[in-house]
Amino acid sequence: MKLKLSEPDSSKLAGESGRAVQVAMSIMVRMARIQGASHLLSIVSSHIDSALYIGQSTLDYAENLVDLGAKVSVPTTLNVAGVDHRNWDRWAVPPEWAHKARRQMLAYRAMGCKPTWTCAPYQTEERPSYGDQIAWGESSAIVFANSVLGARSERYPDLLDICAAITGRVPAIGLHLAENRVGQVLVRLKSISVELLGSDEFYPVLGHHIGKLVGSRVAAFDAIDATPSEDQFKALGAAMASSGAAALFHWVGVTPEATTLQDTFGAKDPETVIEVSMSDLVQARNELSSSPSNELDMVVLGSPHFSLNELKALVPLIKGRSCDSDLRFLITTGRGVRLLAEEMGLIEELTAFGAEVTVDTCILTTPMLPPEIRTIMTNSAKYAYYTPGLLSREVVFGSTEECVESAVIGKVLRDDRLWSV
Amino acid sequence: MVGLGKGAGGELNRDSKRTLGGLAVISGSVTGRLIVSSEPLSFWGGYDFNNGKIIDRQHQLSGQVVKDRILVIPGTKGSSTTTAVLLEAVLRGTAPLAIVTLGVDSFLSLALVVAGEMYGKSIPLISLGSEDFISLESDQEVCLEEDGTIILCGSG
Repeated sequence: MKLKLSEPDSSKLAGESGRAVQVAMSIMVRMARIQGASHLLSIVSSHIDSALYIGQSTLDYAENLVDLGAKVSVPTTLNVAGVDHRNWDRWAVPPEWAHKARRQMLAYRAMGCKPTWTCAPYQTEERPSYGDQIAWGESSAIVFANSVLGARSERYPDLLDICAAITGRVPAIGLHLAENRVGQVLVRLKSISVELLGSDEFYPVLGHHIGKLVGSRVAAFDAIDATPSEDQFKALGAAMASSGAAALFHWVGVTPEATTLQDTFGAKDPETVIEVSMSDLVQARNELSSSPSNELDMVVLGSPHFSLNELKALVPLIKGRSCDSDLRFLITTGRGVRLLAEEMGLIEELTAFGAEVTVDTCILTTPMLPPEIRTIMTNSAKYAYYTPGLLSREVVFGSTEECVESAVIGKVLRDDRLWSV
Repeated sequence: MVGLGKGAGGELNRDSKRTLGGLAVISGSVTGRLIVSSEPLSFWGGYDFNNGKIIDRQHQLSGQVVKDRILVIPGTKGSSTTTAVLLEAVLRGTAPLAIVTLGVDSFLSLALVVAGEMYGKSIPLISLGSEDFISLESDQEVCLEEDGTIILCGSG
């Protein structure tokens, strides 16, 4: 398909809006041609993952754009950074890394992005509305915005998200178009207990399993006797976007583009029907743990970043107790949520337990863990998926309750009752 | 000859070497040995740009160093940061010799476009149709040509 540019697009490409816009537009146009787009469309907001410092190349890219005078042209939020801006030195982050990561953070601030520094921007006031065309980075945020909010974003990778924010224009392809948002794979459950359906730990495990099977196709969960909360959808989507490439799912009767089964699939029949059995889920749960022993050095909660509701729900579990003195208990969240939690007195309760709350980043995106941390327990499928490879640490997946109980005794405690086949 | 499979869309040329007609998303010519997986890969959390090793422990290629090989994968999955990891790998010289995918993968395309623009270096990226893609096997020696043609020379 031949790409047809509008008059303003062509003028940006010709450099009439300055060098930075020209560079961003030329990357956007090159991608539009590779992707076979017929035209570009306008976005109303953007969420940027590119501010994450990885190495010299990501810093070069950011500072090159700033040198060219780049400014974002739509409201733009920032994903996690390579460092907790203020508290990095409480951890094992090398100063040289922190210095470069902070330089990269400043570059994106200089382009006019808002310092939200969270992978869950929908937990702030910057929440897109149904039908909004947006350009979001961060795999777990993209799937949430599309599925739960009904906003429309393709999967924007690092480096491209900022070009979208600078130009305000994106290729008209994929999930920006209504016809690509219908369900492709129908997912049903086979004899799963009501207790498991009602538990938080069901969702990351289901997501891990389904993500592998559907890849980038649109899954529609049907005939499931549960109305998941936002936090449960957050966990489901993040898991599907880690084991797979999910950018949109539907939950028939609950999510906005899936009022009925017919709405969900439009005129087409499902390409595939997946039936999920209890033994599939048990296997998926086992895959999320790499550690064979019950040794434990650290508990980490909050990928995607913990919400205010998740913090509130944690308090009754830890009140009046303390975590093992040899163990570190970390919650990763955004600075906006942390501020609210502070005002509500939640941080005080968590600190009394022995928990630490880090903002702006997470264990996967900043080299914060000291070498003595060898085994980590988490309630997040995303942390569990990436920890062994990225951090060379062992991981144990468990419910929030299992994580707290394990933290108190300093050893991994599992409760398999919900998972017996 | 390895890979002369039934139903593969390749053609035999005069030297009886099979050729596959790929689409050169990023052009370049290189000769090397394939390493093939049927599973998509997230480069972030899956590819170590310090040494070119696959570090996703749940991936078929886990533990393999693919830096001096032509990496054949259906495409990417997972993290948005995959592009940044591949860009950093190109900068450090730890990227694969080339990448072959099933259809066009926009994450890999973008990383290699930016690498070319910013550092004047990149690696070839070739997209294949499904019949040709599934005919490729690890350890085959191939030549990738500027126009996206893949010439299979035998096993290494």
